[in-house]
Amino acid sequence: MRIGPALGAALAGLALSAAVLSAFWTPYDAGLMAIADKLQPPSGAHWFGTDHFGRDILSMAMAGARTSMAVALVAVAIGMGLGVPLGLLAAARRGTWTDEIVMRGNDLIFAFPSLVIAILITAVWGPSALNAMVAIGIFNVPVFARVTRGAALPVWVLDYIRAARVAGKGAGLISVQHILPNIAGLLIVQATIQFSLGILAEAGLSYVGLGAQPPTPSWGRMLAEAQTMVALAPHVAVIPGLCIVLTVLGLNLLGDGLRDALDPRLRVRR
Amino acid sequence: MLRYVLRQMIVMGSSLLAASALIFSVVELVPGDPASFMLGTGAQPETLAALRQQIGLDQPLALRYAAWLGAILHGDFGTSFTYKTPIAGMIAERLQVSLPLALMALALAIALALPVGLYAAARRDRAGDGLAMGTTHLGIALPNFWFAMLLVLVFAVRLRWLPAGGFPGWSDPLAALTSLILPATALALPQAAILARVLRSALVETMGQDYIRTARAKGLTAGQALRRHALRNALIPVLTILGMQFSFLLAGAIIIENVFYLPGLGRMIFQAITQRDLIVVQSAVLVLVAAVIAVTFLVDLAYGAVDPRLRRA
Amino acid sequence: MIRLEGLSLAIGRQPVLDSVSLDLAPGSITGLVGESGSGKSMTALAIMGLLPPGMRAMGRVMLDGQNLLEASEPDMGRIRGRRIGMIFQEPMTALNPLMTIGDQVAEVLRLHEGMGRRTALDRARERLDRVGLPAPRFPLTLYPHELSGGQRQRVAIAMAIALRPGLLIADEPTTALDVTTQARILDLLKALVRDEGMALLLITHDLAVVAGMADRVAVMQGGRVVESGPTGTVFRQRSHPYTRQLFSASRYSPVRGPRPAAPPLLEVRDAVRDYRLPQGGLRALDRVNLTVARGESVGLVGESGCGKSTLARVILGLDPLQGGRIRLDGQDVAAGRRMPRGLRARMQAVFQDPFGSFDPRWRVDRLLAEPFHLTGRPPDWRDRVAAALAEVGLDPGDARRFIHEFSGGQRQRLAIARALIIRPALIVLDEAVSALDVRVRAQVLDLLARLQADHGLSYLFISHDLSVVRGIADRVLVMQAGRIVEEGPPEQVIDAPRHSHTQALVAAMPVIPGDWI
Repeated sequence: MRIGPALGAALAGLALSAAVLSAFWTPYDAGLMAIADKLQPPSGAHWFGTDHFGRDILSMAMAGARTSMAVALVAVAIGMGLGVPLGLLAAARRGTWTDEIVMRGNDLIFAFPSLVIAILITAVWGPSALNAMVAIGIFNVPVFARVTRGAALPVWVLDYIRAARVAGKGAGLISVQHILPNIAGLLIVQATIQFSLGILAEAGLSYVGLGAQPPTPSWGRMLAEAQTMVALAPHVAVIPGLCIVLTVLGLNLLGDGLRDALDPRLRVRR
Repeated sequence: MLRYVLRQMIVMGSSLLAASALIFSVVELVPGDPASFMLGTGAQPETLAALRQQIGLDQPLALRYAAWLGAILHGDFGTSFTYKTPIAGMIAERLQVSLPLALMALALAIALALPVGLYAAARRDRAGDGLAMGTTHLGIALPNFWFAMLLVLVFAVRLRWLPAGGFPGWSDPLAALTSLILPATALALPQAAILARVLRSALVETMGQDYIRTARAKGLTAGQALRRHALRNALIPVLTILGMQFSFLLAGAIIIENVFYLPGLGRMIFQAITQRDLIVVQSAVLVLVAAVIAVTFLVDLAYGAVDPRLRRA
Repeated sequence: MIRLEGLSLAIGRQPVLDSVSLDLAPGSITGLVGESGSGKSMTALAIMGLLPPGMRAMGRVMLDGQNLLEASEPDMGRIRGRRIGMIFQEPMTALNPLMTIGDQVAEVLRLHEGMGRRTALDRARERLDRVGLPAPRFPLTLYPHELSGGQRQRVAIAMAIALRPGLLIADEPTTALDVTTQARILDLLKALVRDEGMALLLITHDLAVVAGMADRVAVMQGGRVVESGPTGTVFRQRSHPYTRQLFSASRYSPVRGPRPAAPPLLEVRDAVRDYRLPQGGLRALDRVNLTVARGESVGLVGESGCGKSTLARVILGLDPLQGGRIRLDGQDVAAGRRMPRGLRARMQAVFQDPFGSFDPRWRVDRLLAEPFHLTGRPPDWRDRVAAALAEVGLDPGDARRFIHEFSGGQRQRLAIARALIIRPALIVLDEAVSALDVRVRAQVLDLLARLQADHGLSYLFISHDLSVVRGIADRVLVMQAGRIVEEGPPEQVIDAPRHSHTQALVAAMPVIPGDWI
């Protein structure tokens, strides 16, 4: 099982490098159509073959990695930026009305799957990659708020928090100095999970046309365009799908490894 | 128990109310107003005025919300702007596809996850566990719509065992169910992988509890302790995930319907978005969210049934 | 009937048990005493065949001519629960929360005797009656959360003795319980041994419990039985030096000089604290009055839930009062920001849990300096930390280490150093030595006495244990249900209690007979 985290880091690292590299260089222009070269199988000239417009699939996949990762990353940032402070606040004010309101608000947002949020946003403002970020980001907020509160509550009853209060520290200072560092590991693990879920969600949204719009390259849209071609040229659909699977798998394996490394039960305690 | 059920019903009611207000106000945020948005730029002033009157834009917001909500409580979701038919009927028709699809997928996910989770927990840290958990890792990483495309490629295009898409209607139940097999499988597999992992870790966690040690000291074997004591206790976190999964399945169903050209809620929503039919979008979203909230309510009831400590509160 | 011969066990190269031999005879109680980590619990788990995965015991555990260490797992399944029963320390978590107590007791009978549910429940009823949970008040349909800790331990006992096993192993069965509950559970165990003729292996850290219960005693240290024999003989002769150390440490009281009369430092007047709970209100403090003079040690004793920890919280200005007032140095104590920092800096606290008292991610210097938040961090704070470390008997070089590198006793010294660093007048010690082994406890008590003499500190010493308070307090207060019911010098409160609750506490307190000392 120990090879899991290493494999995960390798896969996630590969996807990330492809995404970063695509900003400066891709084998071909990802949007360049060459109808004469359409639906070519993988070859030396086109490692992953070409699609029905003759575009180089490797170049598109690399550029698609950038879109996926950017959307997922911003969505995690939105979720953490709002969710973690809310969770800390709810935990610090546990059992009060503040806590109740924050958690009820969370439950409410949680009743809106990211796809439904995206539908609402798209219906009103039209589809775009930005909408996908916001929709997935909003969906992430209650996830982080819950995880933060759940992890912070058991820390709040520990004696070192009492000692900090005897030292005159208020709830805000204690949350920042003691609670946050002690639950940071858990939040990092959750961030990798939400990051991988974000990549899946972005692919789904782009696939149904609620995410990235042409000409922005995206794994989900590549799959949507490939759908009618599956029987004719399977590689057009298989390759973007494998990109998603391997990236998500890598992130999940990495998250698992982090969780094991940070598990409080494996640390010296009690 | 009765008091517990009543309290959960109040929670559900207030969630539904808040969710409906949220959905209603988001739609109010469209550029211009809903009527001009739906008609687009080239609309005749008279048509615009008529539509404004029809959806009651001349009245204050709160009043319109109250009227909308009141009508919905009577089963009246309004009239589709595009099709000029009652939306309630459209939704009911589409739910006949989406709901069975989500339920089939849920049943399939549980049926797959239960044995795998139990097996992996019983063989914790041994080869069987490693293999099972490795497989679930792969399952979680599968985008369901892509998996659906592969299923179509293999089972419909190449093997020709099952239809590649379309829905014949419930007049022929067998054909209807057959056409849902591939979509439900595509939806269920990633969810089954998640569920199996959660079940395994919940079981492993409960197997470390003091009362399992007590059970072993009574003479139960590790397997008996797992089945008789750990499983029921592990059910509590599993129920939480199960409730959340239903909302993923419902959302997933909307996407999967596109792969298989199923006339479900999802297809209706996407058509409505293209046609700028806000009234349909609003109603469909409300139905989806209400379904999620109702499932949360059922999960809370299940908690009460499983855990005697909750019934008292 | 059960005989351990050269039972040994190692984790890697580290020996956990080193040729432990014991005879457990029917109708007799064997006490197994020792400090944490001495191997007492491992001995019990080895007998039961329930060692953690990967561990294998060597030697022999003989039951009717069969070596249990060589028995197959299915055979052990038939022995556990039928021939050997076991109960554990934590009654709050030892029962399945989702199963009725009737079904949990009946499960043993159904498993081993193949009884139907009906018959098994009838027998379970009879066994629950036997352990003091009679039918009308304790129906079989109760769930564990509807019972108190002592009652849950009775259910655990009913399960363990349901099939009248030849041996009952009780691993610290009363450590988590109040002293009056402990006395009743111990009485029950004694009666069961007498009536059912079984052997009892009683594992405990408490010499006084063993003195009152056991026919024979074995003293364990570092995985070995260093001394064993009839309880009276072992206790009177104490031929092994470790036994002597344990014995003197468990009755230890530090030498303290006479205390001159001094003005009051802390005054609690008619303090009232109410909690709102779903089931209705709870008055945790009911017009409590209490004074601590400068340089005085006041002991506050009571059972769990009596309000003593609530009192500590309101005195420290962590929780608000609903009535009455608390004054420190003539100034009002209030919760939260309403209390001036200068006043807050006049008191500090030491808590029970040596493991939870420190943020695991901070280094010692930062941990000890945390109270400077109240006074502003002086430029020479590193020297102050070093001096505080030296004062509690630790190396000033420890300042850059993390808390997991210290033992429980060292952590409690660090907690004292942290409390001392801003030179408070009052230190509230909330069960500060309860989690420590007796020898470490004696050292910490010595340290507290010395620091008090050096700095003229006042202590409010909160504990559930009368015998600990006796050694360190000038005055003892007894608390019950939110009220102070008795107050006086320790000798008077413990040797001639007047209030019925104090009398009950004193009567329940396990003691080593006077003529054994």
